[in-house]
Amino acid sequence: MTTRERLNIPRQPMREQPPEERIKNFNEVPLGYDEKTAMLEAERCLQCKVPMCIKGCPVEVDIPAFIKLIREGKFIEAARKIKETNSLPAVCGRVCPQEDQCEKTCVLAKRGRSVAIGNLERFVADYEREHNAIEIPDLPPPTGMKVAVVGSGPAGITAAGELAKRGHKVTIFEALHEPGGVLIYGIPEFRLPKSILKVEIDYVRALGVEIITDAPIGKLYTIDELFEMGYDAVFLGVGAGTPNFLGISGENLNGVLTANEFLTRVNLMRAYRFPEYDTPIYVGNKVAVIGGGNVAMDAARTALRLGAEEVSIVYRRSRAEMPAREEEIRHGEEEGVKFKFLVNPIRFIGDENGWLKGMECIRMELGEPDESGRRRPIPIEGSEFVMDVDMAVIAIGTSAQPLIRMTTPDLEFNERGYIVVDPETGATSKEGVYAGGDIVTGAATVILAMGAGRRAAAAIHEYLMRKKAQQGK
Amino acid sequence: MPELFEILTKEEIAPKIYRMDIYAPAIAQKRRAGQFVILRVYERGERIPLTIVDSDPEQGSVLLVFQVMGKTTAMLSDMEVGERLADFVGPLGSPTHIENYGTAVCVAGGVGTAAAYPIARALKEAGNHLISIVGARTKDLLIMTQEMEAISDRLELTTDDGSYGFHGFVTDRLKKMIDEEKVHIDMVLAVGPAIMMKAVSDLTRPYGIKTIVSLNPIMVDGTGMCGMCRVRVGDEIKFACVDGPEFDGHLVDFDELMKRQRMFVEQERKAYEEYLKDKQGKCGEGKR
Repeated sequence: MTTRERLNIPRQPMREQPPEERIKNFNEVPLGYDEKTAMLEAERCLQCKVPMCIKGCPVEVDIPAFIKLIREGKFIEAARKIKETNSLPAVCGRVCPQEDQCEKTCVLAKRGRSVAIGNLERFVADYEREHNAIEIPDLPPPTGMKVAVVGSGPAGITAAGELAKRGHKVTIFEALHEPGGVLIYGIPEFRLPKSILKVEIDYVRALGVEIITDAPIGKLYTIDELFEMGYDAVFLGVGAGTPNFLGISGENLNGVLTANEFLTRVNLMRAYRFPEYDTPIYVGNKVAVIGGGNVAMDAARTALRLGAEEVSIVYRRSRAEMPAREEEIRHGEEEGVKFKFLVNPIRFIGDENGWLKGMECIRMELGEPDESGRRRPIPIEGSEFVMDVDMAVIAIGTSAQPLIRMTTPDLEFNERGYIVVDPETGATSKEGVYAGGDIVTGAATVILAMGAGRRAAAAIHEYLMRKKAQQGK
Repeated sequence: MPELFEILTKEEIAPKIYRMDIYAPAIAQKRRAGQFVILRVYERGERIPLTIVDSDPEQGSVLLVFQVMGKTTAMLSDMEVGERLADFVGPLGSPTHIENYGTAVCVAGGVGTAAAYPIARALKEAGNHLISIVGARTKDLLIMTQEMEAISDRLELTTDDGSYGFHGFVTDRLKKMIDEEKVHIDMVLAVGPAIMMKAVSDLTRPYGIKTIVSLNPIMVDGTGMCGMCRVRVGDEIKFACVDGPEFDGHLVDFDELMKRQRMFVEQERKAYEEYLKDKQGKCGEGKR
């Protein structure tokens, strides 16, 4: 096929559940490629000599190589190619913002539409799993060194997998009762089915990683105690799980809840299946979700599926500034989520029993760009109005998890509570302790956390080999 | 060797109030007064917080005392020695700040007595002169009186219906102690239903007696992530699970706390009723 012919193939869309169907269920929205579509999409890749896509991937997946294998119909080999650097391809194929990563740097992006790298990644990961072809690579002989990984989210899982592949004995300590971190408590079933996540976590387990749940580090064991227990190094991937609040009146009314609480009840605790599952959930008829990120979109779309009559995203800037992925916004729009842009809540109004019944808001306009580069929203005086709502979900971001900070006085944190590290290696101020993911950067993406986990794993490996040589093991 | 989270002992110490030792050696080793665990009874269960009453590091056991209030506690009470809980996470919450205040009065109501016990004991061990006022609705529901007696310099028992000890609320007894007996009190610890902790805090406020309460809001994760357990303390919003569960009783907004505690009251009632119906269906006369 000539380059011209390749350029003439349109980007292949994924089939999706129709909106009117999918708002009645929690099943996945995109349905994936079939073999033929995947092979056609793979033909669009120009196999660049200097592939820019790899530079856009935080875990450096050899993208042209796996796409070439798809073109040849070698789907399982393609999945294994990805897994050389990424243990969670079915997850990444679904939740990575590829448009800001590999697909942004893809050479075709300049001339129209990039290769659908994320869709292809998802296809081969699903193919391998559905064909029961997942295989554990040959592992090197054990080094005798032990690593404790704290947190089983994207950063921790990735660091653990990479260290296990280098022959180290890895134990993950997870505070919740199921592993996965934000992938299990935050991202809804309709975006990332739990069964698919479970298979990828089982893969990391099969690499020899032990996962201990119900183990809140900082409380059950301190970091120093982990060293006393015989671990030679510690990786902290504890995330930024503390929800932020608006700081306005009425925020503690019943019916006002954080996105973390709402999503944790639904995702981790399966409250959407109450009373079959015991955790209850409250869903209002008129729901306002405050915020403009992916978490806000997840909360809004979850509320719709739980039977809310009307769900609005309330965002203080305009659509163009929304941090949510375009795909998530589109899915929300298709499903009937309403968008109230340039609106900011200033007060929650309750009834005599302490339940939310309204939300006073003010309209905003955009001023000069602020430090984030986005135009600063400014309230328009006298534009106050009351929205009739009986549930509000606060999805305006999260802050650092506090348990490690409260119990590790000799670890350096910045003024916002995030761990200070060497950005190249993830090394913290404490010897043998590394960190990565949201607990270093603040809330970011799954793939950036995975990239940090991968870089830290390489640095931890070097540290362990030095330590081993010193010990004469 | 028992399995992790296995029930080692079980005893009904008052109608619908149980004590259980759970095998959890790391928590038994680590826990301090004022901390709690989050547990799940089974795979589909909810996460509920329960105060750690005591622990035996040698046996590796953690002591819980709980009252059957809904489906989860009913299921827990229906489990037997040798069975194991699905999950048992801890020790959570900040340990109590303990110091020698001088004379400390521990005011405990109902099943809250069990939660008060470890803190009261720590206060006693720190050198405080410890007076305990333990109350319940009726005589049968007075629990852990022997344990409280063993650590207290003075123990007063009250019942709302007068079936035992002082006839009245714990707050009435405390007021008598302050006003009539003129006991000099340096601090009060109050643990019990929110309404009782509020009443104690309201009573001590005009006297300027430092009052610590141990709050019991609804929680999900218990590690600072969901914000369900947030309480207003003065001008601040605090998470009971990581910043507490103990706070200055004079600053806590109890009315808001009590409203928040009722958030799922309908669903909780329905789940409990369903459970009781199922149980009846399954066990028939056997259980009676």
